[in-house]
Amino acid sequence: MSTTTVAHHDEHHDDHPTGIMRWLTTTNHKDIGTMYLTFSLVMFLVGGSMILGIRAELFKPGLQLMNPEFFNQLIGVHALIMIFAALMPAATGFANWMLPLQIGAPDMALPRLNNWGFWILPPSAILLTLPFTLALFGVGDGALATGWTFYPPLSVQGGIGVDFAIFAVHLLGISSVLGSINIIVTIYNMRAPGMTLMKMPMFAWGWLITAFLLIATIPVLAGAVTMLLTDRHFGTHFFDAAGGGDPIMFQHLFWFFGHPEVYILLLPVWGFIPQILQTFSRKPMYGYKAQVYSLWSIGALAVVVWAHHFFTAGMPVPALLYFMYSTMAISLPLAVLFYCWIRTMWKGSMSFETPMLFTVGWIILFGIGGLTGLVLADVAADAQYHNSYFVVAHFHYTLFAGGIMGIMAGVYYWLPKMTGHMYNEKLGKTHFWLTAISFNVTFIPQFFVGLAGMPRRIPDYALQFAEFNMISTVGAFVLGLSQLLFVYIILSCVKGGKKATDNVWEGAQGLEWTLPSPPPYHSFTEQPVVK
Amino acid sequence: MQGMKKLGVGAFALFLSLSARADFTWNFPEPVTPMALDTLHVHNKFMLITAVIFVAVLAIMIYSIVTHRHSKGYKPVADKAPSTAVEIFWTLIPFAILLLIDFVIMGIPAYHSVVMMEDTRDQSTMVIKITGSQWRWQYEYLDGDAKGIKFVSNLATSNDQMHNEADKGEHYLLEVDNPLVLPVGEKVRILMTASDVLHNWWVPQFGSSRVAVPGFIRETWVQVEKAGVYRGQCKELCGKGHGYMPVVVNAVSKEEFAQWANKKQDEQKAANDVKEMTKDELVAQGKVVYEKNCAVCHQVTGAGLPPAFPALTGSKIATGPIFGADGKYQKDSHLDRVLNGKGVMPAWKATLNDTEIAAVITYERNALGNTAAVDALVQPAQVKAARE
Repeated sequence: MSTTTVAHHDEHHDDHPTGIMRWLTTTNHKDIGTMYLTFSLVMFLVGGSMILGIRAELFKPGLQLMNPEFFNQLIGVHALIMIFAALMPAATGFANWMLPLQIGAPDMALPRLNNWGFWILPPSAILLTLPFTLALFGVGDGALATGWTFYPPLSVQGGIGVDFAIFAVHLLGISSVLGSINIIVTIYNMRAPGMTLMKMPMFAWGWLITAFLLIATIPVLAGAVTMLLTDRHFGTHFFDAAGGGDPIMFQHLFWFFGHPEVYILLLPVWGFIPQILQTFSRKPMYGYKAQVYSLWSIGALAVVVWAHHFFTAGMPVPALLYFMYSTMAISLPLAVLFYCWIRTMWKGSMSFETPMLFTVGWIILFGIGGLTGLVLADVAADAQYHNSYFVVAHFHYTLFAGGIMGIMAGVYYWLPKMTGHMYNEKLGKTHFWLTAISFNVTFIPQFFVGLAGMPRRIPDYALQFAEFNMISTVGAFVLGLSQLLFVYIILSCVKGGKKATDNVWEGAQGLEWTLPSPPPYHSFTEQPVVK
Repeated sequence: MQGMKKLGVGAFALFLSLSARADFTWNFPEPVTPMALDTLHVHNKFMLITAVIFVAVLAIMIYSIVTHRHSKGYKPVADKAPSTAVEIFWTLIPFAILLLIDFVIMGIPAYHSVVMMEDTRDQSTMVIKITGSQWRWQYEYLDGDAKGIKFVSNLATSNDQMHNEADKGEHYLLEVDNPLVLPVGEKVRILMTASDVLHNWWVPQFGSSRVAVPGFIRETWVQVEKAGVYRGQCKELCGKGHGYMPVVVNAVSKEEFAQWANKKQDEQKAANDVKEMTKDELVAQGKVVYEKNCAVCHQVTGAGLPPAFPALTGSKIATGPIFGADGKYQKDSHLDRVLNGKGVMPAWKATLNDTEIAAVITYERNALGNTAAVDALVQPAQVKAARE
C-alpha cells in the first residue's frame, strides 16, 4: 500500500521546466489544478479581508472606518471575488486534479487550453481590484460600487470601477467557458474503457452539468455587461427608459446567468460530497441513479427560475406565480439528494475524520440554506425578505456553508492524495469546529436583523439593529482568523508530515485511490479498465 | 470535541442574553396592513414547517451519527439503491412531503396572497405618487382632499450623529423632515417611479415593497389599520446615500388627515407665490435648500467630491452668465443645470419650487467662496419664466 513515488520519477516524459517556467508553461492537469487551488485560496483571503472591513464598520452604528462610497465598493468586489475568483476556481482546481484521476485518463483532453484558462484568471483579478489602487493615486473614484449585480442605471452612473469590473467579468467568463469545454470534452472522450456514463464518479456528473450550465449562461452575462458598457460609453439605451430601454431587462439577463451560477457553484460540491460520505461511512453511496437524475433536474430547473431574484421589481401576476412555483419545484430533487446523502450515512460504519466532519456540518448548514430558500420563493413573504439581511444570511448558508465548507471537505479529503502527506488531524478538527461555530455566530443574527427590517448594503443602521450586528461582527472575525489555521494546515501538509498511503482512507473507493500518493506526474500511463 | 460543543452552547447563551435586553423583535415587526398580516402568517407557517423538517432530519442524522459508528464496531449494511417496494416507498416520502408543502400547504395560500398583493385598484380610495431620487423621497397626492400636495422628504438625522460627534437620537437614520401622511383605514394606491436610479420604498410594518424604476410606473398599495408613525428605508442599493433615505409614514385618522391636507395646501399655495426678493432673503433661504438637497454631493463647503461630484466653489457654471441677450437662460448655464440636470446631476424642476430654485442658485453664486460677476441674483419670476 505504501508505494512511494520514487520509481515513477525517472521516466523520461516526467521532464518539465523548473522554477517559474514550469508554472507558466505547464500543460499538466495537476500543476494547473494546483495553481487554480492556490489562486482560489489567495483570493478567498483577499475577499475575506474585504468583508472583515465591512463587518468592522458595521460593528456599531455610525461611520467609523470608511465613507459610504468605499463601503459600497467593498461589498460588490467582495462578492465578485468570492464567487468568480475563490469558489469557481476552487471547483475548477478540483476538476483538473481529480477528474482525470477519477475517470482513468492521463490528463485533461485540451491541455494548452487548460493552461490559458488558468492564466486568464490572475489578470482579471488584478483588473477587478486595480481601481482601489488607482484611486489612491487620484485616478478614478475607486472600484465597482453597485454591488456585484451591476444593476443599471446605478452602474451607468458609476465611475471607471464599473468598466474595470465589466472587463474582469468578460475575462473570468472566458476562463470559465474554456474550463467547461475542456471538462466536457475530457468526460466524453477520456473515460477508461468500461466506464459508461452511468458508472462515472458522481463528481464527474456534478461537473458535467456545471460545465453545460456555464456554457449556456456565461454568454448571456457577457452580453448583458457588454450592453451595459455600450450604454455607458457609446450612447446606446438598452437599459435607459428615455431611449426606449428598460432597466429591469438587465435584471432578467443578469439573473438568467445569476441563478444557474448558484448551481454552478454547488453542483461540483454535490458531486464529491457523496463520495466523501461513502468513504467515511464505509458503504457505497445510496441511490446513484436517483442522484444523477436529481442533478440533471436541478440543472434544468436552474435556467427557468431566474426572476425570483427580483419579485419586487414588478411583473405580471402570472409571471410571479410561474416563477414562484417553479422555484419551489427545485426543492423536490434537492429533497431526493438530501435523502440519498443521509441514507448513505444510515447504517454505515462511520468515522469522523476532518473531511467527514466538514461533510456532516455541510449537510446540516446547507440544509438551513435550502429551507430558508424555500421560504424565499413565496412571493408575498419575499416582499419582506428581499434585499434584507435575511437574504444575506440565506445565501451565505448556501454559498459559504454549502459552497466553501464543501470545498474545505474536499481539500481535507484529497490533500493527502495530492501531497503524499497526511495533514494534522487535530488541527483539522479544530479548524472545522472554529469555522462551523463562528459561521453560525456570524449569520444567525443576520436572519433576525433581516426580519426586524434591516436592509442589506447599508453602511450605517438604526439603533435597534446594533446588538445583532455586534455579535455578527465578532463571529465574522473569528471566522476570518480561523481560516489562517486552514492556510497553516495546508502549508505544513505540503511541506511534510506522515506519509499517506495510496488508499489514504480505509473506505475510499474509485480510481484516484489506486495511484500512489502523490500520483506520478503523468497519471495513468496504462489505461485502467473498469468492470 | 466536547469542549467545542460547550463553547458553542456558551456562545449561544451569550447571544440569547444579549438580545433579551435589547429593543428589537425576533420576528417581523407588528403588522399594520392586511398585506403585512398576511406576510407574517405565511412566514410563521413556513418557519414552523421548515423547523419541524429540520429538527426531524437532524434527529435522524444525530441518531445515525451516535449509533452507526466505526469506533463502536458497527458493521455497515450494503444497500446501494432502493430495491424492495418498502424502500421505494421510503425514498418517495421526502419527495411527497415537499410536493405537499410546495404546492398545497404553501402554494395555495401563496396564490391568494399574490393576487391580493397585486390588486392595487379594487376598493382603493386615493392615489399617491412616490418618486425616489438620490437620496430622498418625493410624495405627491393625486386626488381627494389632498390633491395637489407635493413635497420632498429628506433624512433629518444630523451629520454629527453619523460621525459619532453627537449622541444618536432615538430614531437615528429613520427620521425625516416631512413624513408622508396617510389616513387610517383607506386603501391607498401607490404609483411608484424614480428620477435617476432604482430605489425601493419599504416599510417593514406594511409588508409591501416595490422597486421604483426610472421611466416606468410600478404599483403597490397600503391600507394602514392603526394610527401611528411607521419607519422604513430604501432597500435597493442606489449609491452612496442608500443608507440615508428613510421612509417615515404618519398614519392619522381621516379627520386629522383632512385638516392636515387643508393646512398643507394653504402653505403650498403661499410658497408657490412668486414675489420679488432681496439678495439677503434669497441667500438665507438658499442656504437651507442647499444644505438639505445639494450638500450630500457638493458638500457643505462647496468643495464637492471630485471627480464624481464637481466643486461649486470657483466653478465656471456657478459663476458664469446665466441669461443671454434675449433674456432667456442659456444652455449649460447654472439655471439650466439645476432645472434639467445632466448625467449624475438630477433635474430639480419637479422637486423644488420657483422660489427654492432661485434661492439656491443665488446662494451658490454669492456664497461657498463665489462672487458671480454677472447674473448674481436670480429671481423666482425668472425661474418661473424659464419653466415656460
